[in-house]
Amino acid sequence: MSQLKTDYAQDLVLARKPSSLAWYGLLLAILLLIPHTLSEFYVGEMSFVFIYAIAGVGLMLLTGYTGLVSLGHAAFLGIGAYANAILLAKGVPFALSLPAAGLIAAFAGVVIGIPTLRMSGLYLAIATLAFGSIVGLVAEKWDSLTGGFDGFPVPHPSVLGLVITAPTGVYYLALGVLVLVVLVAMNILRSPLGRAMVAIRDSEISAQSMGINLALYKTVAFAISAGITGLAGALFALYVRHLAPDSFGVLLSIQLVTIVFIGGLGSLQGAIFGAIFVAQLPQVIAIVRDDLPFGIGRMPGLEPSLFGLILVLVIMFEPAGIHGRWLKLKRWCREFPLHRRAAFRRQKTYAKTDRLR
Amino acid sequence: MSSGAEPMNGYFSARDLAMHFGGIRAVEGVSFDVRQGEVFSIIGPNGAGKTTIFNMISRIYTPSAGSLHFAGQDITSIAPHRIAGLGIARTFQNIELFANASLLQNLLIGRHCHSTVPILSQLVFLPSVRRAEVAHRRRAEEVIEFLGLQRYRDQLIANLPYGVRKVVELARALCTEPKLLLLDEPSSGLNVEETEEMAFWIDDIKKDLGITIIMVEHDMKLVTAVSDRVMALNQGSILAMGTSAEVQSDPEVIRAYIGGEVAPATGAAPGDVR
Repeated sequence: MSQLKTDYAQDLVLARKPSSLAWYGLLLAILLLIPHTLSEFYVGEMSFVFIYAIAGVGLMLLTGYTGLVSLGHAAFLGIGAYANAILLAKGVPFALSLPAAGLIAAFAGVVIGIPTLRMSGLYLAIATLAFGSIVGLVAEKWDSLTGGFDGFPVPHPSVLGLVITAPTGVYYLALGVLVLVVLVAMNILRSPLGRAMVAIRDSEISAQSMGINLALYKTVAFAISAGITGLAGALFALYVRHLAPDSFGVLLSIQLVTIVFIGGLGSLQGAIFGAIFVAQLPQVIAIVRDDLPFGIGRMPGLEPSLFGLILVLVIMFEPAGIHGRWLKLKRWCREFPLHRRAAFRRQKTYAKTDRLR
Repeated sequence: MSSGAEPMNGYFSARDLAMHFGGIRAVEGVSFDVRQGEVFSIIGPNGAGKTTIFNMISRIYTPSAGSLHFAGQDITSIAPHRIAGLGIARTFQNIELFANASLLQNLLIGRHCHSTVPILSQLVFLPSVRRAEVAHRRRAEEVIEFLGLQRYRDQLIANLPYGVRKVVELARALCTEPKLLLLDEPSSGLNVEETEEMAFWIDDIKKDLGITIIMVEHDMKLVTAVSDRVMALNQGSILAMGTSAEVQSDPEVIRAYIGGEVAPATGAAPGDVR
């Protein structure tokens, strides 16, 4: 099944099999051709998926790999969006404003990361939730900078002399940034940094005994995660064309958390799967809304409650998320007539100590 | 600042070590020296303070009083993550492996304290990072070979049997290239055969790799088989210190374990009943 390795470098390649490299190449080629074949609506929807996927990868590094739950990631998205829009409005070229938006969000990540270093689990979730509300309030009240509730119109950026107005431009930008971000995330995961993050997630106490500086690495994880989410925010600004402080509220934070949980914690593919799901669920709801019985479709709050319900169901029945399902499906196909039912059943582990917590 | 009347003559020295949790005195006035290259065992009934001493050495706890010296350096107030870099590695009583990573990944985390590549260069995976990674894998492979873990190399820890996980934890500690190894109950949860195998590993680590070992252990057969010296604790204080036979025949030790006058034991006598 798994090929034998004869060289240490084989352990470090990004794609294990040449065939998977070919599949990803094909996927990329199709994605590059999409704007020439599909209508503007689909191009816009795809860009939205890409933007969510970028933010999903950012949050996955923090929640899925470092084990730190953040309920305030919409704030980093907002910071990236406003930073990019404001810099563009001040005449900064897009080639600078995009990375600057990421860096500013990363700095905000450090600011929230340091005071929350000693927290984990529920306490961290609540602290980040509070941080998200604070950022939302600042965006509302600091109207000389953000335009407050009147919103902030995002100028058209120009890349290499081309002014980006059409959704196609945003599409290619988002796709490019997504590919870049995924590559960086893969590099992180095969480096000492990625291993330190996983170590902190699985056992802080032994991570520390292995020489991992918990404070440093948690802050770095926060910074990288926030920075990537900030990049997503910068693209989000171009996508929505008009920023309002209430678009970066708790609901968006929950959506981002839903991406990583539904996609499957601890998997980059999961972040992408989750982004497709979360970005497209509102569309699906819109399509079936009128056909639902008992007037469910006209109920207010249908979308958030569906997100909540799905999140609960996934955590209860498939904690490995869509990615876990996908792995099981692949395995089932491979073993088809000989598969054993027990291999697909959910496993529980009891050997976890709380002794030193 | 000298913290005791006796000179620091050991490779590793603890002086007047104390650990108080509120009103509970888990460890009180414990001093001992460990010589370079020996296996030093700490025994005692449950709650005697053995693991607390380990947690103080690996700086998870900060001692309430006393001092710790290792290789001529005061490590009493050093940051916990720097302990591994100084050459002190440990295993845990209840196995604290990274369960959702492969065996190799776990060992590579053990190499973390030798990782010097800057974080920014890891984001783009510069050639220097690649070279360092290959070097780490080579070192991890040596440990895999030393402990015979080849066939589990790419398996997830969560899928490995308990006995193998114990050895993996040992392997991860060895990957930090320690000078002093702290083993917290290496035989707990192991069957008789696995415990015998563990004795061989410990002996090999001492003789082939020249690593000094401090071990907390309940299985007196294992203690007798590998220890150069034994320290018996009860209720946070030292009861006896010496060779395994001396400590086991010490009347205070027997009283602490069994309570009352019992004839001195010969072989594997005062084991902890689980």
